[in-house]
Amino acid sequence: MEIPEQIKKKLTLPAEEHFYAGHTACQGCGASLGLRYVLKAYGRKTIFAIPACCSTIIAGAWPYNTLGANLFHTAFETTGAVLGGIEAALKARGIKVKGEDGVMVVGWAGDGGTADIGLQALSGFLERGHDAVYIMYDNEAYMNTGIQRSGSTPYGAWTTNTPGGKRHFLEKRHKKKVIDIVIAHQIPYAATASVAYPEDFIRKLKTAQKTPGPSFIQLFAPCPTGWRSPTDKSIEIARLAVQTAYFPLFEYKDGKYRINMPNPKKEPKPIEEFLKYQGRFKYMTKEDIQILQEWVNREWERLKKLAEVFG
Amino acid sequence: MEYKPIRKVVSGNYAAAYAVKHARVQVVAAYPITPQTSIIEKIAEFIANGEVENLQYVPVESEHSAMAATIGASATGARAFTATSAQGLALMHEMLHWASGARLPIVMVDVNRAMAPPWSVWDDQTDSLAQRDTGWMQFYAENNQEVYDGVLMAFKIAETVNVPAMVVESAFILSHTYDVVEMIPQELVDEFLPLRKPLYDLADFEREPFSVGALATPADYYEFRYKLAKAHEEAKEVIRKVGQEFGERFGRDYSQMIETYRTEDADFVFMGMGSLMGTVKQAVDLLREEGYKVGAAKVRWFRPFPKEELYELARNVDGIAVLDRNYSFGMEGILFTEAKGALYNTDAKPLMKNYIVGLGGRDFTVNDVRKIAENMKAIIEKGELDVEVEWYHLKR
Ligand SMILES: Cc1ncc(C[n+]2csc(CCOP(=O)(O)OP(=O)(O)O)c2C)c(N)n1
Ligand code: SF4
Repeated sequence: MEIPEQIKKKLTLPAEEHFYAGHTACQGCGASLGLRYVLKAYGRKTIFAIPACCSTIIAGAWPYNTLGANLFHTAFETTGAVLGGIEAALKARGIKVKGEDGVMVVGWAGDGGTADIGLQALSGFLERGHDAVYIMYDNEAYMNTGIQRSGSTPYGAWTTNTPGGKRHFLEKRHKKKVIDIVIAHQIPYAATASVAYPEDFIRKLKTAQKTPGPSFIQLFAPCPTGWRSPTDKSIEIARLAVQTAYFPLFEYKDGKYRINMPNPKKEPKPIEEFLKYQGRFKYMTKEDIQILQEWVNREWERLKKLAEVFG
Repeated sequence: MEYKPIRKVVSGNYAAAYAVKHARVQVVAAYPITPQTSIIEKIAEFIANGEVENLQYVPVESEHSAMAATIGASATGARAFTATSAQGLALMHEMLHWASGARLPIVMVDVNRAMAPPWSVWDDQTDSLAQRDTGWMQFYAENNQEVYDGVLMAFKIAETVNVPAMVVESAFILSHTYDVVEMIPQELVDEFLPLRKPLYDLADFEREPFSVGALATPADYYEFRYKLAKAHEEAKEVIRKVGQEFGERFGRDYSQMIETYRTEDADFVFMGMGSLMGTVKQAVDLLREEGYKVGAAKVRWFRPFPKEELYELARNVDGIAVLDRNYSFGMEGILFTEAKGALYNTDAKPLMKNYIVGLGGRDFTVNDVRKIAENMKAIIEKGELDVEVEWYHLKR
């Protein structure tokens, strides 16, 4: 579709669309938005590796492909390893990888495929230094199999295998800090991003493109189906996750931390703000909310310290 | 160019590594495990010494990732290789399906090793045979020469039918035993095995964006399986032709999927796979001198299974002693099941007996073959089996 000039001028995102209509995501799906932005940033010369997850479905059943890029569907735990193989093949064949005109090799995996079953392959990928970008879209549970907990599920969340009830059995552990595990590999570039802040996300994708070696982006991607939230609230929830410092935006580049909050001067909002539209948190007691708030405070203070000391 | 072989004294593992070098493999992703390790060490050495060009070596963190990375490389158009053994192969299992399902002509060497527990690093075919239904072709090498030749042929066959292939050699008996191997000069290998033309290439950005390995609904999945089944059927012809071409060019003929040895007038034959068949052939020569009319049938390709050649063999003998260095629990030796099954609907009805031999590296000698021959002779004369499956080496 041709975009009129006057609209183009106002756009803060690349105008090109490489994410086609006809995809099969639920309404309000954060992951599908994420894919759209990745394609805007990288375009046609991209090879995706996508493991078992909701995006397997979003990208379409055979013979369709809703992504305007080449896509290899792979096994749940293999994203990091497949990326390594694709990159090695490109190099062996003398094809340019990464950079402005090179082929972008992109892993796109859910939180489960990254934080849990795929962690080993992710670690190997990071440690070997492949020229590829690994994006974990974080919807905080296994959605494809029907909303079960993952290592990235937050404290107090209902899922189908941590149900709420009389005995009050909810997720009892705090969200695994995958990004910290990633940074411990001392890779050149790692960042968090959110579908509520697409300009920031695309800027980070571009940084990853320019940075040689492996990059990692953890993208906050609401899932109305699994979060029991209204389909028109996904962006608002994603924004609140940042504003409450539940999911702060930051970058780690060459050993340095930089926080990229939209309003750096503002104190974070209380965590209740983030919880309010989401049915998955409705079983939480006052004490539970307090426990989560304390975790958020602690982690936020820690991040600020890191940025201060290693900024 | 006239063919003058280059003779080198190498282990089975080095033979595999040289074949990888001569095949101009572009990506090797692998993880060490005894007794496979020296294959990938040798390949790393080739790279370190600048003896190969454009070979990317990915030292992955597990066998599962080794196969996944090999798959990624192959899907991106590269000629890709890996090697493993026993527990490593078992860990790869899921990805073996992925390779065949995505129709990627990967070649892998599996060094046959017994599965644990109890730990054992010695020869046993159960690891590779447990991968029977993954859609991979399987070639069993008798000696180091066949490891070298097998890898070169496997690439050509795999890349013709777009099905991955496993070249299997036995732990230590081949992997670490040195023998003379006739290698082929690089220019002639290049002629025999030109650059790969992939079925699809993830680095092709000229065509419409495409995806591989997507979800297929019940309306389509079935046909995908059928096509893979057909490819295996077609592979038989390709295997025979490539085997014949190999023979014409390099003097070693592999056109028979079952190599027969002195079977023409044999009363009964010994059938088996891999290195133990070397012992059997030697025993056949001795037994012939002693008046036994025996022969050997070495199943080279277990997948696709050479039903036709088995039938030709079976209808001309009174008995087949199937030697299995493997076992399917709750049943019998795996080759035995396959061979019996393949003959059921034919008019070939030789007496067939299964001997379980040499599991976990237990020695299997010419003398053992002689004892089996005595037993086979007796049951054929009587016209009935004593037992169907005999654990030949059992300490009683
Ligand atoms: C080895 C293996 N175990 C289990 C599964 C089943 N499975 C498919 S997708 C999935 C969950 C994916 O969750 P996540 O990575 O968080 O992505 P999401 O579905 O939430 O997008 C599971 C458990 C599988 N495909 N493979
Ligand atoms: S279940 Fe959630 S993540 Fe999956 S497609 Fe639906 S909204 Fe997106």
